[in-house]
Amino acid sequence: MSPALLLFVALGLGLVGWLAGRAKASAFQRADTSKRPVARPNYHGWYVALWVGVPLLAFAVLWMALMPMLVMQSVLASDAAASLPEFGFMRDTLLSEARSVATGAAPAVFDAAARPLIEPFRDAIQRYTVIGMVLAMSIAVICALWSYSRLNPTFTARTRVERAVMAALVIASLVAILTTFGILVSLIFETIRFFGFVSPIDFLFGTSWNPDPMSSPDADQGDRYGAIPLFWGTIYIGAIIAMIVAIPLGLMSAIYLTQYADPRVRAWLKPALEVLAGVPTVVYGYFAALTVAPFIRDVARSVGIENASSESALAAGLVMGVMIIPFVSSMADDSIAAVPGSMRDGSLAMGATQSETIKRVLIPAALPGIVAGIMLAISRAIGETMIVVMAASTAANLSGNPLESMTTVTVQIVAMLTGEGSFDHPATLSAFALGFVLFLVTLVLNFIALRVVKRFREAYE
Amino acid sequence: MVTVRHENLPATDAKMRTTDVNVYYGDKQAIDSVSIDIPSQYVTAFIGPSGCGKSTFLRSLNRMNDTIPSARVEGTIELEGDDIYRSGMDVVQLRARVGMVFQKPNPFPKSIYDNIAYGPKIHGLAEGKDALDAIVEKSLTRAGLWNEVKDRLDESGTALSGGQQQRLCIARAIAVDPEVILMDEPCSALDPIATAKIEELIDELTGRYAIVIVTHSMQQAARVSQRTAFFHLGKMVEYGATEDIFTNPIEERTKDYITGRYG
Ligand SMILES: Nc1ncnc2c1ncn2[C@@H]1O[C@H](COP(=O)(O)OP(=O)(O)O)[C@@H](O)[C@H]1O
Ligand SMILES: [Mg+2]
Repeated sequence: MSPALLLFVALGLGLVGWLAGRAKASAFQRADTSKRPVARPNYHGWYVALWVGVPLLAFAVLWMALMPMLVMQSVLASDAAASLPEFGFMRDTLLSEARSVATGAAPAVFDAAARPLIEPFRDAIQRYTVIGMVLAMSIAVICALWSYSRLNPTFTARTRVERAVMAALVIASLVAILTTFGILVSLIFETIRFFGFVSPIDFLFGTSWNPDPMSSPDADQGDRYGAIPLFWGTIYIGAIIAMIVAIPLGLMSAIYLTQYADPRVRAWLKPALEVLAGVPTVVYGYFAALTVAPFIRDVARSVGIENASSESALAAGLVMGVMIIPFVSSMADDSIAAVPGSMRDGSLAMGATQSETIKRVLIPAALPGIVAGIMLAISRAIGETMIVVMAASTAANLSGNPLESMTTVTVQIVAMLTGEGSFDHPATLSAFALGFVLFLVTLVLNFIALRVVKRFREAYE
Repeated sequence: MVTVRHENLPATDAKMRTTDVNVYYGDKQAIDSVSIDIPSQYVTAFIGPSGCGKSTFLRSLNRMNDTIPSARVEGTIELEGDDIYRSGMDVVQLRARVGMVFQKPNPFPKSIYDNIAYGPKIHGLAEGKDALDAIVEKSLTRAGLWNEVKDRLDESGTALSGGQQQRLCIARAIAVDPEVILMDEPCSALDPIATAKIEELIDELTGRYAIVIVTHSMQQAARVSQRTAFFHLGKMVEYGATEDIFTNPIEERTKDYITGRYG
């Protein structure tokens, strides 16, 4: 039975349960109109429907997980399996070939030795499908009858349905949290393995990044994994060059939008700016790599800087800065707009001009929110990958010259994971250590920023 | 019809004079043909039911209505004979001469010192730190706040109590040495004790500045003002010496309002 069909059956049975439950509830409410019903008939319907659909689907998921095991067991127990070779790899190949033919995924077996196994597979699959269906239907029917029998005029169907809905919501929110947690645990785990090869001191404070995925993992690797050039590249591109672009432009656009723009202009300019935040960063990456970087190189060469690279930190940083503008401006915009209008009036009534009011009252009052926005933007910028992968280079370079090529933490993570090295090699494992550092830094930045914003909100409520 | 009662109105020089002032918000007229003289030596109270246009009229006296895009003012408003709505009028100078205190205390989120120093700094009134210190002390003293805050001038103005905040705002207005102070229901957000302090302060400032106060409390108008104008539906209905308006109103609507029949 295919998952789609199963879902369909579950929905159908659920609908039947819903109609039946509703009908029963309506009936006993009609029979006794003197008492106020505890729950409306719809809730009785939902109660039964949930009791039919949820156990059925839960069982189906369980069965689909169990079935391949059961099928395999029964095939191995058959006579045809007795002639299988002992050697694990060949054995597995034959079995999977036979299974593919049996389920219809492949037209014929490649190795004739697998042919006798097809029939046992077919039989077992058919048998367990039927068993599964019977069990599923029994469960559905039993649950349906049981829940249906519980319905009575004083039954609190609404509370129960709402409890089920709440449980679903809790599970949904747990998924995201647990996933993050799982990622973090695996990151930590791999990071510890990496530190088995390279000491944390060498990693965090070494100034030469030169991993060699082809080297023997047992050789001493300490001097190859100094991450300082990567941290520097990340900060230089993401927190310095990008912010030199994003902070003034973002702030100025926020000031224009909140203080000077006509409401009609603001009504379309603000959403337009925020849409920029939704542009896939790979698009910015193209722009950086194909337009901005060659332009910067040509300009640099024309003024006599011969060694200007076509993969400059400047190109990546500039484009990243443009990408970050909406983050800065929308937080600044919100913070300035949150300053009470009475501050502005108070300042204007003192004879201050509009620009004096903005400079001396509004911006200082909104400063915590603005700073928080900048921190969020920085954490966004240093975690940004596509632009730097496309426009910066993979050459680690500890330099202050923006025209030179540089690399960042995220670029190296991509490079190390897509390289040829095996998963036991420190080169590959270094990607996890880098990811862990990045995770910690952005977490701290976001945490501080959110705290600041919260304080700021409280100050004006 | 406007009743202006000249009995008990000694001739004084008018600090401000409005002639046939209309104020509109878009198409809606909020003030209808108001002509009034604001004397320089006294406190003038604007009373009337809420929504009758008192704040609107008050805000047109220092052009704070300019900050509302839909607002439009017709007629003439003069400050010592100079039309404040003429083209080329310097609004910055005007607002330095005609200060304003708002309904809700609105100190800046800066230190007490910086709140007071704000105006003198933007208008360039103080040469050097000592002069600025002197202005701050003088303003806070006049606003009756100096003794309460002199040891904590670095603390934020927003950390003061509501009544103190309002006196800080009055001190802030005084600091630029205005000629007129407009107050829009300055006590409506305060408790009775803080209100009494502000009224006392207004008494002390009387004579030094021309003061216009909007109030919804008739007792307050009676206590602090020497002139009262009663507004109703955008019109000024009756204007005269405060005791005449309260003890012996002529217009039916004034009578109804001060006897509490509506409002
Ligand atoms: N910013 C504004 N835009 C449009 N109408 C306004 C605005 N401010 C006040 N009004 C209207 O003008 C009239 C007078 O208001 P206001 O001057 O605040 O009265 P008061 O201070 O006497 O209570 C009211 O009808 C009010 O709705
Ligand atoms: Mg008002």
